[in-house]
Amino acid sequence: MVEWTDFERSTIESIFAKMDYEDVGPAALSRCLVVYPWTQRYFGNFGNLYNAAAIMSNKMVAQHGITVLHGMDRAVKNMDDIKATYAELSVLHSEKLHVDPDNFKLLGDCLTIVLAARMGTAFTAEVQAAFQKFLAIVISSLGRQYH
Amino acid sequence: MSLSAKDKAAVKGFLAKMKSRSDEIGTESLSRMLVVYPQTKSYFAHWKDLSPGSAPVRKHGITIMNGIYEAAEKIDELPGGLLTLSELHAFMLRIDPVNFKIFTHCMLVVLCMFFPEDFTPSIHRAIDKFLAQVALALAEKYR
Repeated sequence: MVEWTDFERSTIESIFAKMDYEDVGPAALSRCLVVYPWTQRYFGNFGNLYNAAAIMSNKMVAQHGITVLHGMDRAVKNMDDIKATYAELSVLHSEKLHVDPDNFKLLGDCLTIVLAARMGTAFTAEVQAAFQKFLAIVISSLGRQYH
Repeated sequence: MSLSAKDKAAVKGFLAKMKSRSDEIGTESLSRMLVVYPQTKSYFAHWKDLSPGSAPVRKHGITIMNGIYEAAEKIDELPGGLLTLSELHAFMLRIDPVNFKIFTHCMLVVLCMFFPEDFTPSIHRAIDKFLAQVALALAEKYR
């Protein structure tokens, strides 16, 4: 069972309450596809991913970024049992999507970096630690059902 | 994942921009690492003060930044160019190489905070590649 301090809980809730999903989602996913080009392997039917400019203006990438970010809403609402909350999603990523779980970390890192840019100095070391702890649990839960 | 000519140009260009806030970047990156990854404090038990922005943290952050600029000057001959630093890390400091990635991540977070417009995904990729090469060079003599 994960233990959350009051600070961590309120920090995570506040981040997601204030976040502009339509901005952060696309920015995080497109950054991941540019910085770690091998992640493009999962998006063969997304059209033009030929260069950074194409990726960043790709509408399917943008839409998927928003989808992924909203996927975290349930984790935010169920912080005390993310593992159970994500059991089905984990099976989906393993059995249907065949995503190497290491990619979750790559996207998580890009999301952290985009959030830092949006929040500026409000993204203190303590906030970063709380957010990365949340992401680590999300990532672990998503990888849990792989076999 | 070696550096292309474009990567090298991007790195040199962005590093020039970083110079204006270099000390801050070094201090903030190291401070942040010590808070977000507390296990890294194990390497600094000999410092009196490990709090963010303390004198030893600041001094060491600047030392690291100078190492990065030196690496950029020798960007065409990493790891050979960083031989001295490599031997230092291998035989004296013996920092587990996983920590190079951890520090790199904290630096990337700080760079995006300080330069939200300039730290584009393409620049991010070039800097990430460069710092990975630097880390490899530093670990060159480990075994």
